[in-house]
Amino acid sequence: MTTSPLENLAEQTTELLTTIEGLSTLDALREAEASLTGKRSVLSGLQKSLGSLEPEERKAAGAQLQEARRVVESALEERRRLLNREARLALLEADRLDLGDVVPRDVRWPLSIGHPGLVALTQRELEDVFVGMGFTVADGPEVESDWFNFEALNIPPAHPARGLWDTFYVDLGEPETVVLRTHTSPTQIHLMEHAVATDTLPIHSVMPGRCYRRDTPDARHLMGFHQIEGLVVDRGISFGDLAGVIETFTRAYFGPDIASRLRPGYFPFTEPSAEFEVTCTICRGDGCRTCSFTGWIELGGCGMLDPAVLEAVGIDGDEWSGFAFGFGIDRCAQMRHQLGDMRALIENDTRFLEQLS
Amino acid sequence: MKVSLNWLQEFVDLPESVDQLRVILDDLGLVVDGVEHVGEGLSDVVVARVDEIRAIEGADRIRLVVVDAGHGPVEIVCGAMNFVVGNHVPLAPVGAVLPGGFAIAERTMRGVTSHGMLCSSRELGLDDDHQGLMVLDELVVPRVGEKLLDALKITFDVIFDLSIEINRPDAWSVEGVARDLATRLGRTLREPAVADTNDPTPSDSFAAAGIDDPDLCGRLSVSVLRNVKVRPSPAWVAQRLKNAGMRPISNVVDASNFVMLELGQPTHPYDAAHVAKRTLRARRARDGETLTTLDGVERELAKAGRGLGDTGEDCVIVDGDDRVLGLAGVMGGAASEINDDTTDVLLEAAFFDPMTIARSSKRHGLRSEASNRFERGVDPQLALRAAARFVEILSQSVPDLVWLSNPLDVWGNVPTPPTISLRDADVQRLLGVPIDRGQVATLLRGLGFDVKEKKRRLKVTAPSSRLDVREGDLGRADVIEEVARLFSYRRLPRHNPTWPELGYLTARQQLRRHVRDVVVDLGVTEAWTPTLGSDEDFDLLHPGVARVRVTNPLASDEVVLRATMLTGLVRAWAKNFERGTGDVIIGEFGVVFQHPSVALTPRVTRGGAGGSLALALPAENERLTVVLARPEDDARSAVALWNVLAHRLGLADVVVRSTSEAPRGLHPSRTAELVDRTSGAQLGFVGEVDAELVDAIAAVPPPRRLGVLDVDLDALADVRLATRASTFVRVPSRYPSAVIDLAFVTPRPVNAGDLAYSLRQASELVEEVTLFDVYEGPSLREGTRSLAYNVRLSSEEHTLSDDEITRARAALIEIAASLGAVLR
Repeated sequence: MTTSPLENLAEQTTELLTTIEGLSTLDALREAEASLTGKRSVLSGLQKSLGSLEPEERKAAGAQLQEARRVVESALEERRRLLNREARLALLEADRLDLGDVVPRDVRWPLSIGHPGLVALTQRELEDVFVGMGFTVADGPEVESDWFNFEALNIPPAHPARGLWDTFYVDLGEPETVVLRTHTSPTQIHLMEHAVATDTLPIHSVMPGRCYRRDTPDARHLMGFHQIEGLVVDRGISFGDLAGVIETFTRAYFGPDIASRLRPGYFPFTEPSAEFEVTCTICRGDGCRTCSFTGWIELGGCGMLDPAVLEAVGIDGDEWSGFAFGFGIDRCAQMRHQLGDMRALIENDTRFLEQLS
Repeated sequence: MKVSLNWLQEFVDLPESVDQLRVILDDLGLVVDGVEHVGEGLSDVVVARVDEIRAIEGADRIRLVVVDAGHGPVEIVCGAMNFVVGNHVPLAPVGAVLPGGFAIAERTMRGVTSHGMLCSSRELGLDDDHQGLMVLDELVVPRVGEKLLDALKITFDVIFDLSIEINRPDAWSVEGVARDLATRLGRTLREPAVADTNDPTPSDSFAAAGIDDPDLCGRLSVSVLRNVKVRPSPAWVAQRLKNAGMRPISNVVDASNFVMLELGQPTHPYDAAHVAKRTLRARRARDGETLTTLDGVERELAKAGRGLGDTGEDCVIVDGDDRVLGLAGVMGGAASEINDDTTDVLLEAAFFDPMTIARSSKRHGLRSEASNRFERGVDPQLALRAAARFVEILSQSVPDLVWLSNPLDVWGNVPTPPTISLRDADVQRLLGVPIDRGQVATLLRGLGFDVKEKKRRLKVTAPSSRLDVREGDLGRADVIEEVARLFSYRRLPRHNPTWPELGYLTARQQLRRHVRDVVVDLGVTEAWTPTLGSDEDFDLLHPGVARVRVTNPLASDEVVLRATMLTGLVRAWAKNFERGTGDVIIGEFGVVFQHPSVALTPRVTRGGAGGSLALALPAENERLTVVLARPEDDARSAVALWNVLAHRLGLADVVVRSTSEAPRGLHPSRTAELVDRTSGAQLGFVGEVDAELVDAIAAVPPPRRLGVLDVDLDALADVRLATRASTFVRVPSRYPSAVIDLAFVTPRPVNAGDLAYSLRQASELVEEVTLFDVYEGPSLREGTRSLAYNVRLSSEEHTLSDDEITRARAALIEIAASLGAVLR
């Protein structure tokens, strides 16, 4: 009768586990690894010896050996995790720095030149123009409910007009009720509701901010983009006032030789609605490729507040009237700085960013 | 929408130049996106017969072709292979200029001279086919030497590609555009010729029609046409369709498309032989019904959609066996389609509820020329006129066509055109300028409005084609827009409004600017990293935390709203580092989001239909996150950056307090909270990026520490949280001050800033306390370090006496001792 090569497997396994328990550093573990589970290990030796067994026996013994190997390997892994954690903790302990103890005048601070973002820069220029024209500036959240982003703006659920915006919906509550705002217009609703609640009409305000559209980025569009909208609600405000404000802004921001003009358009929240165009800043109106030889570039949209919007926010349309306009901040930046590809704005290549001052 | 100038001319005289028309159309809000000239560059192209094809020595891609265009043999070198001797092909002779300005000249290839060019249809600008030459024998009976334009019966035309706004259902047709032009130009609008029924047999003796659900289908008219012969359309009809971007199919289908383009009414022809009991009925689809549409897809009907408030309502057309024939107004089914053997046609011209069509079309992902029009609102009065025009067009190819009398015409609910009272003052109030009442009336009448002139006001009724015009106040705005549009926006005078209120930035907005200016001055370069990130990125710093997801992401790594800007900034920096441009301080101003279930202060707002639902929205937090990555930067640099910022913002007293609970992503033993001593509020963190985060993000982990400053701008803007120092200024004492240095062996847990604060309270003589040295070493007890401060003492009233200094010193030592700090 031959003795099974696995006769002592239980003891051998226990011995291996004890060895593993005794490994106290990662270096020691790495060194011991070959002798524990490698080709020259006890387990591998046993594996080779199985060859002498009958097929039936070999199968059973093989399974037994495999189980032992699994136990040893998992103990080794567990040990490695523990030692890794210990090593990290030791490293962190050695690295410990009480930041309350930093002596400011001991810190080396080489002279570095910083650069504001192109969007921030442009937004500031635009805000300054509007503040000079008597507007305040309002901020608003980037996640909105469909009420503020759509319905209060006279775009009811399932209305085809919702299709005009490629909307990102947020997974909260009912489907299609929470969105990444597709425009800064919901801030207009917040402003008007607030003014009604606090009895603080009139409103003369611009609303810059980040918006999102579900649209693959290209040279002219980004998925996240920045818009600035204006809202005026006052007594006796007419379409002529709107056209005047657009013209004043255009000349103040783009320069005295750039003019604006309006043509009919459609937005659910304004009536009459208009698109506004400005003299092409490349050819100064002579006609070029950029403006398709028309001399004009479309910049944004505007119009008189639709009575349905005033009604939604509870403003008496017999006493008050108003207008709204909006356009892209990034687009202004693109025009002013002749930015060939919008995507440069999100690539964060310092060679691009360093040009800004 | 592509609109042909020739077609427009049939409705209204337009002697203006193309450029003039373009300006007028733009100004009417019918924006011209492009202008095409059909037939341009083809005048010189003639029909040539292929007489001989010879190989060219040493060339296998080109051959010598001898053609005759009526003036004897011409040798042409040609690369196309799709023709044989005897075929007729288009020849552009030397001197011809093809569309796009391509001038044909003699060319020599492989020693053989080509005297012109044989053309593909793409080279002629006729369509996109570039598989080979345009072989004319397949299309017409060609005659050698004939002008190609004549052979193909192409007429010169100008095609305006117009973008029509969705509130102009009436303008989505040639007639609608012509009506705008006629009104603007003060010219007469001509109506197109229409046929009349020509068989006394009443339609209801042959077919039947019905509406089961009048809210979905407002009108169903069915004309019975017999003696139909399905064949190709006349060339001019085919060309009109092609110019409008539609493919000619057969005379019946083409006539339907022609009428839709011309008048705006979609119609649907059914093969009567395949409509059970020759009956068409409109009804609501039932749960479980399916339809195989013309595109071969089987669709489940009446299934609620994903969209808000989408209950799954579909309007279908069924036959006499109640079998579904088509999705009304969107797409027909294959079973009753017109085929070559069709002889009897049931022509449906209907009005469907626009919202129902919009939802069906969106839910089934089916958009058609018909659904586009129906969802915007087709004139409910148009059906029979459109049918009559259909018959007129079809008669051109089927002269003995029969139209049974009294077409079936069933009505459901259709919108009633609103009547609006328009006072002169209304126009002036909205537009800012009075417009003569007579002129207003003329403009509106031109558009088909019914206008009654009363004393000081007009009573205006919208035409049935203007479903966009609303009732009451809303409708008044709609009508005034039409007046302004036809009058021309550019003619309305501009005015600069003024108001007494000032323009200004709020304190919050000024703070944001201030912070940006300070950090940029100190060397921060502003970045813009993505708001939407991957789950993997989110899990790096917020494993298992509830997150705000986007339902319909564009890409798998843009699904979660970011909860930190740190990951994005480290990634942006790593890219720059790999490029060798990583010696920077990079920072971002932006918003981070928290799921309402984990947010301390979730935002509650209202949403859903009518704003009737209470919704908890994600908390939004505006922050400034800066990664300091210059070669020697580390947590200390970040502290220095914060110190300058805190001083420049005039913060009263913020302690940099090391924390054992650094947020993930920050170095666990080199991170401190920024705590406002007065309010106890946390204003942010300062420290280093955890190397594990950099390892997870950067391809090659750089051997460099990255300092971090992460500031909560919401907290910073709130003066209750971020206490401001007094803005009052103090004139320094005229008397000499005394400076003493004190070093304290201080137990680890005591913060250096806290100790300095206490020292400042020790005596009213203390003017300033500054930490100037920290010493740690074997000479000191474990768990302590020596903190050395400059303390400046002074009095407003007199020069300090030695005694006073000694007493102050004792007080300082005593107060330090109370914190466990012992004078060294």
